[in-house]
Amino acid sequence: MSKQMLNLERIQKDYKTALKKCKRRIVVCAGTACVANGSLEVFEALKKAVRAKGLKVDVKLEKHDDVDCLFSRSGCRGFCQVGPLVTVEPSDTHYVKVKPEDADEIVEKTIMADEYVERLLYVDPVTGEKCSRTADIPFYKRQDRYVLGNCGRLDAEDINQYIADGGYTAARMAYTELEPKQICDMVEKAGLRGRGGGGFSTGRKWNLTLPQKSDKKYIICNGDEGDPGAFMDRSLMEGNPHRVLEGMMIAARAIGADEGYIYVRAEYPLAVERVQKAVDDAEKLGILGEDVFGSGVNLKLFVMEGAGAFVCGEETALIASIEGRRGMPMPKPPFPAECGLWGKPTCINNVETLATVPLILRDGVDKFLAYGTESSPGTKTFALTGHVANTGLIEVPFGVTVREIVYDIGGGVTDDAGNILEDGFKAVQVGGPSGGCLTKDHLDLGMDFDSLRSIGAMVGSGGLVVMNKNTCMVQIAHFFMKFTQNESCGKCVPCREGTKQMLKLLEDIIEGRGTMETIELLERIASAVGKGSLCGLGKTAPNPVLTTLRFFRDEYIAHVEDKRCPAGQCKALAMPEILEDKCIGCGLCSRKCPVNAITGEKKQPHSIDPDVCIKCGVCAEVCKFNAVIGV
Amino acid sequence: MACQNCKSGQDRLSKLCRIIEKNDNDPSKLIPILHEVQREFRYLPEDVLAYIATALKLPPAKVYGVASFYSHFALEPKGKYVVHICDGTACHVKGSMNIYDALCEKLNVSEEKSTTEDMQFTVETVSCIGACGMAPVISINGKVYGQVTAEKAVEIIDELSAQEVANV
Repeated sequence: MSKQMLNLERIQKDYKTALKKCKRRIVVCAGTACVANGSLEVFEALKKAVRAKGLKVDVKLEKHDDVDCLFSRSGCRGFCQVGPLVTVEPSDTHYVKVKPEDADEIVEKTIMADEYVERLLYVDPVTGEKCSRTADIPFYKRQDRYVLGNCGRLDAEDINQYIADGGYTAARMAYTELEPKQICDMVEKAGLRGRGGGGFSTGRKWNLTLPQKSDKKYIICNGDEGDPGAFMDRSLMEGNPHRVLEGMMIAARAIGADEGYIYVRAEYPLAVERVQKAVDDAEKLGILGEDVFGSGVNLKLFVMEGAGAFVCGEETALIASIEGRRGMPMPKPPFPAECGLWGKPTCINNVETLATVPLILRDGVDKFLAYGTESSPGTKTFALTGHVANTGLIEVPFGVTVREIVYDIGGGVTDDAGNILEDGFKAVQVGGPSGGCLTKDHLDLGMDFDSLRSIGAMVGSGGLVVMNKNTCMVQIAHFFMKFTQNESCGKCVPCREGTKQMLKLLEDIIEGRGTMETIELLERIASAVGKGSLCGLGKTAPNPVLTTLRFFRDEYIAHVEDKRCPAGQCKALAMPEILEDKCIGCGLCSRKCPVNAITGEKKQPHSIDPDVCIKCGVCAEVCKFNAVIGV
Repeated sequence: MACQNCKSGQDRLSKLCRIIEKNDNDPSKLIPILHEVQREFRYLPEDVLAYIATALKLPPAKVYGVASFYSHFALEPKGKYVVHICDGTACHVKGSMNIYDALCEKLNVSEEKSTTEDMQFTVETVSCIGACGMAPVISINGKVYGQVTAEKAVEIIDELSAQEVANV
């Protein structure tokens, strides 16, 4: 056994010995959302409060230490809406919306006396019950946190904690016990499909890269999560960066790469920092670098910060960006597996895909196959947001229905103010700008790669935006089209010009200039852009338009034929209306109306003739009683 | 190189040289270099881009091409406080554009002219900050504020302005 192999076990043992001496562990969530709500202040306040009681506090366990309280800052725990989150172990007490001034009470009751601070517990809005432990909260109860498992439990910046939890043993197995081909086959047999959106078999991708003859091969982790509405990669990189590294190590071994890049979005500064620290710490311990686990194989990993281009999520554009060029995609073939970074065979995997890999090696193929559906095994993290009671990051096995996600985990659909809106469900937008919309009819659809593709949507990176009945679907299509049009790199004509024209047509519809021909033309251009574009960005850009056209055609028709927005959101199609109970009949509006559309007796409620009205909005401006609405 | 912000043009030049040397004068590290330079100068001045091109033996058009391609790089100076309004899907459906409109009106800026006359504030939209759980979100110089309303955003700006006045 080599020296490095002994190290892991010793670190594990030392850490566990130290942990046994430690009576309590306080974990404060330090994901982006909780930090924004002040969790770092809570962390300091708790530390101070514990010290004030004369207890010994530590933030990093050393085996010789005898501490009363271990403090950890974890990565995102997913339940961002009720943060800052604080848990106390071993009782698994879960506090929500903690403020620095709560610190003394938490220490006095929970740390000193094993009691709950009732007012900080999560209250289930449906049953009104208080949930004292994480496991009792419905938001978590219905999930299967497999890949995210340790996110929010581990201190993301402590490599020893990761190792103590069994970390890097899968990588060691890959380097010392398995042959590259065996690893590729194992992952292919597990049926792991790329979590970045495309859903291509990861094992097959590796198996295509492995036989390439070259003096140099590269592994790239794609952490350029540009999808608006998605943040699962961010949470993994911030919450468990070592898991991502371990996955990369395994992938590098599987394809025979000795150098790799982790490409992280510039908009995620905390992720950049934590991944960099993870790489540095792993190098210091001798896990990364030369002679990995005594196998004679070297592996050097670099962190590269992106610079804000959605198109860099595309493999070939990402490669161009690492090489210091504009992030423009190249036609495929040749695929990166043959000719990638600097012209060498390259394998690019998504963050979540790589984070899943160590679990397959550690737990075996069968355990992985037990999750999910036959064609889409495993679990998937989704970013559940929009008009839903519980927003946050969730992980469920493939095959779970939309209804279960929206109602059981999400707690139901809400109005704009956040109150539950019975029967308010309108749609779920899935997969970001590449995806599509699901409707009421799809509530019982099992979510997996193939079922979503069959209705024109896709898993994408996993953003799930719930929309209530007050959302205008034409505007949503317009929103995504504006995004893709902005982000199009401009290299190929169908994408550059096509998305621009589609956006213009959608604007026509929203602003009341559309006719039935507009819709037809929109559909024709959409199909041309999808067929003719060079890369995934353009190929999938029409999806939001096509699915909304397919499932919400009535709304489009209402916009162009009746010049009416059914959701009442499109300003240009607004129809002013005078509220009878508010109007006192002063007659000011009718005097100011430039087209004499308003009539009514003095001191009686007035009314507007919709056929004459030009929607100039003067009536609403001059009304002193706020009686005119809909402008 | 003329410079109003630093003590001397020399000082600025040496910082620039240090960054380029640290990256081994490697043209493939253009993006990391631009990142670091922007962190130093808060934007990418034209003369600096030209200098980088010479140092890396790249055509200036290529350096400009890369700098203008990526949205993170700024070719115009930005205000002291850079306000990013997230317009990701989650923020959008929860009314992020109302916040943007309110701030534009408050600070008298627009999409074309995003920085205030006194160089205090820059208001921009970004596609997603990745904190969708607390939509709508804005960030000011990297600090994230969640569940913001138009009124709250204006209040935050007022507070920052008041702080500035107090500091003078």
